Amino acid sequence: MSLLEVNNLDVRFALRRGDVQALRDVCFSLDRGERLGIVGESGAGKSVAAFTLLNLIAKPGYIAGGSIRFDGQELIGMRDRALRKIRGHRISMIFQDPMMTLNPVLTIGEQMVECLKAHRRISSRDARAISLRKLEQVQIPSPSARLDQYPHELSGGMRQRVIIAIALLLDPDIIIADEPTTALDVTIQAEIMALLLELCEEHNVGLILITHDLGVVSQVTQRMLVMYAGRVIEQGPTREIINDPQHPYTQGLINALPQMATPGSRLNQIPGSMPSLDNLPSGCAFHPRCGFVTRADGSTRQACHDQVPGFVTSGNCQAACHMVAEMIERERIPAEEQD
Amino acid sequence: MTTTTSPTATRWERLRDSYLLYSFKRDLIAQVSLLVFIVLVAAAVLAPWLAPMNPYDLAQIDILASELPPFWIDGSDPAYVMGTDSQGRDLLSTILYGARVSLIIGFGAVAMQAALGVCFGLLAGYLGGRVDAFLMRLADIQLSFSTLMVAIVVGALFKAIFGGATYSAYAVPLLVLIIGLAEWPQYARTVRASVLAEKGKEYVDAARVMGLSSRRIMFRHILPNTLSPIFVISTVQVANAIISEAALSFLGLGMPETQPSLGSLIKSGFDYIQSGSWWITLIPGLVLVILVLVINLLGDWLRDVLNPRLYKG
Amino acid sequence: MIAFLIKRLFHALLVMFVISVIAFAIQDNLGDPIQQMVGQSVPESEREALREELGLNDPFAVQYLRFAANAVQFDFGYSYVFNEPTTDVILRHLPATLELVAASTFLIIALSIPIGVYSAIKPRAWLSRFFMGVSIIGISIPVFLTAIVLIQLFAIGVSWSPFPADTGWGAWLNDLLTTDGGMPAYGRGDPVPVFGTWETNFASLEGLTYLVLPAISLASIMLPLFIRLIRAEMLEVLQSDYVKFARAKGISPRRIYFLHALKNTMLPVITVGGVQIGTLVAYTILTETVFQWPGMGLMFLDAIERSDIPLIVTYLMIVGLIFVITNTLVDLIYGLVNPTVKLTGKPA
Repeated sequence: MSLLEVNNLDVRFALRRGDVQALRDVCFSLDRGERLGIVGESGAGKSVAAFTLLNLIAKPGYIAGGSIRFDGQELIGMRDRALRKIRGHRISMIFQDPMMTLNPVLTIGEQMVECLKAHRRISSRDARAISLRKLEQVQIPSPSARLDQYPHELSGGMRQRVIIAIALLLDPDIIIADEPTTALDVTIQAEIMALLLELCEEHNVGLILITHDLGVVSQVTQRMLVMYAGRVIEQGPTREIINDPQHPYTQGLINALPQMATPGSRLNQIPGSMPSLDNLPSGCAFHPRCGFVTRADGSTRQACHDQVPGFVTSGNCQAACHMVAEMIERERIPAEEQD
Repeated sequence: MTTTTSPTATRWERLRDSYLLYSFKRDLIAQVSLLVFIVLVAAAVLAPWLAPMNPYDLAQIDILASELPPFWIDGSDPAYVMGTDSQGRDLLSTILYGARVSLIIGFGAVAMQAALGVCFGLLAGYLGGRVDAFLMRLADIQLSFSTLMVAIVVGALFKAIFGGATYSAYAVPLLVLIIGLAEWPQYARTVRASVLAEKGKEYVDAARVMGLSSRRIMFRHILPNTLSPIFVISTVQVANAIISEAALSFLGLGMPETQPSLGSLIKSGFDYIQSGSWWITLIPGLVLVILVLVINLLGDWLRDVLNPRLYKG
Repeated sequence: MIAFLIKRLFHALLVMFVISVIAFAIQDNLGDPIQQMVGQSVPESEREALREELGLNDPFAVQYLRFAANAVQFDFGYSYVFNEPTTDVILRHLPATLELVAASTFLIIALSIPIGVYSAIKPRAWLSRFFMGVSIIGISIPVFLTAIVLIQLFAIGVSWSPFPADTGWGAWLNDLLTTDGGMPAYGRGDPVPVFGTWETNFASLEGLTYLVLPAISLASIMLPLFIRLIRAEMLEVLQSDYVKFARAKGISPRRIYFLHALKNTMLPVITVGGVQIGTLVAYTILTETVFQWPGMGLMFLDAIERSDIPLIVTYLMIVGLIFVITNTLVDLIYGLVNPTVKLTGKPA
């Protein structure tokens, strides 16, 4: 049994014109010490998924169904008081924009010490000592001086180091990192990512890395999910998906990477843009942008228009695509006929 | 928000499909407020035809009938539904005429403020530099003094310059001017903020590259984009202007008792409150509060719907 | 810190300069000291000589400098009506106004913070809706009307019995609609002398009862504004990433609301609100008129009525000074509370 198991997660936003479904039928799991990437365009529901895990989605969002089991406990429907013992203690988070994540009117020290005190009976002096040690671990220059500084006195990269230190304060089982480097300077991004990876490996911390950067995912994670319009459309070992993507959308994402383009020619783009969640196309949400709705022989694959695709397994990967299902079917039948 | 309307849609079609109307249909408070507002404005505009008597006509006033209570209190006279004031004027008629004066000054003063504020705001935002620094510092100083204080001081000065009699004779335009001078900074700041935000956008650059004059760029290109905050402020400012006028009148710096606004009616009644004739003060007071309240409620609703960038602080 | 202070001081001096020019222009154009000194019967030639002697024919700038030099020493000449230095008249009325403003400020701060915070934390609770409803009605009632209604209810008293008195519930409802009155609503009563011309209403229970109705009236204008301001700012702060992050750390809601969120909420409230407290002085003119509270506002209105130009000018200068001092103090407090302002004059 995995450390974290998410099943059939359904998250909606109650808007004035009706509910909008932000996550549909999302399932995944994470083992102890495992690193999982969640990939997709902005608006695909990656961040909603991250916030849902700790029930931190703000109104009007709400969890309409599904289950999140962490270490044998069901988190959905758990009382806030009990959930608070898990937040920041066993599962912690790193946010996207370090400039906005730290409270501007509290010192770094205050913001670290309060986190320790919220979860342990500990003296202020001990809490400060632990905070200092964590700041040393994230390689901040002159860590002891930082404790009494305010966030605005630190650069973006340093602030993200502080946030990583806070996330590691109580030696959590899982860290959820929501685009931890997107808001940083390009030069610092790799540094912060390497630090995060190193600390997770060193302390055997599981990582859920949410990003749109396939390069980072391929370097850091062991398994990955691809999300599109609130759904998981492909999942499996990172290396296999990157090398041999099944779903046309994943193929499109990988083809769109600059290193995939022939020098001098245009980058490969997926035509169109992601539909808005309150106005999803029928059938497979990707079909209006998909090049495989029409078969090689010119006939239309009607299922793409009518039916939401289920997962089919191909090797170690799973993909939700009618075309892939058809191909697997076709491969299986000749094999059976040979018998 | 707006459903697909063809570019050739008429104004009416665009209004019908707009989010503004959609949210209005769902907001009971906004509907009731608008209804009450329309009724009050209509009653005030139609005062000469609706009112049982003309309070400006001395011949119709019966001093013997002074301080009569409204109909539900013993000792009332059925000829005067809301009772009479200390001079024997029918209170209902006086209130209708008074509301007219209050509304004229309220709208006039807001037009004045808007004209001043929009011009100064456009100038400050578009020209920047010293003009901007000077105008905004002036606005700061004026706002830090509270607009009421400025209005009282300007009113007192006008009264000292023109003398009491002339001041009373020209009270309406003078009050419009006073409240306009006192409250322009609100507009100027908001317009300036919008201009600064719009100025950086490409269409303004494009207009400049095309060789359009500054004035044309300001009025034809930038101003239309600042309309929604101006609209929201205007509702609140009408309410404020009506209150300011009432306050000035209450202090004796506004409308004379011979041509009363709601504020001067409240003032004239206040002297009789100790003798038990509370209605002379409180009934016009209630009308004033309802009028201002519905305007404020409409303003709140508009702000929620249009959600413009307003100048904070 | 020092650079910040100097900058603030310079700004304050600039504002005072503008005010003094306006005040002097008023005095120069409207006040005729000769008239006041010698009366009607003196011939024009003598007046002209006196005018020359007093320097009233000097250029505007010269006269202004003389005015400013005197103003710095708080010498604004003699009041026409009281026949004593205007500053003495003002000083006699200042304590009453300041005490009124202080009592109102206390009410505003004590009520607006809890109510504003509550209605931001629980925006859908019926109590929050009630507070928001009351506050928009509050904004729509002019101060002087609030004052008049308070006088009618608590000083004069109301007996209204629209319900049948012979039934239990009818009598109970009638009781609810009847107030005794009897609260003092005229003047200051017998304030206790402290020193000099300073007398206080805070020193005795009886003095405080005189303060109640005027202070509530004066507070009624700002209280709804503050409640709405605090609520709006708090709602915004509660949406911020750092509040979400604090929740993700497992911090208790109480600590998030009252430390993380409130501290950030108060920053804009200090700047906007602090200035508003200063403008309360303007509203004292209205409150003092209704309650005949013997403060500066009532005195100012009286001075306008009697065209006591030197007193008007002095009032403007003193009130201007009060505004400038509050604004500077507010900026200073803001700088001390907000760590991102390093008090160097520029936000870091």
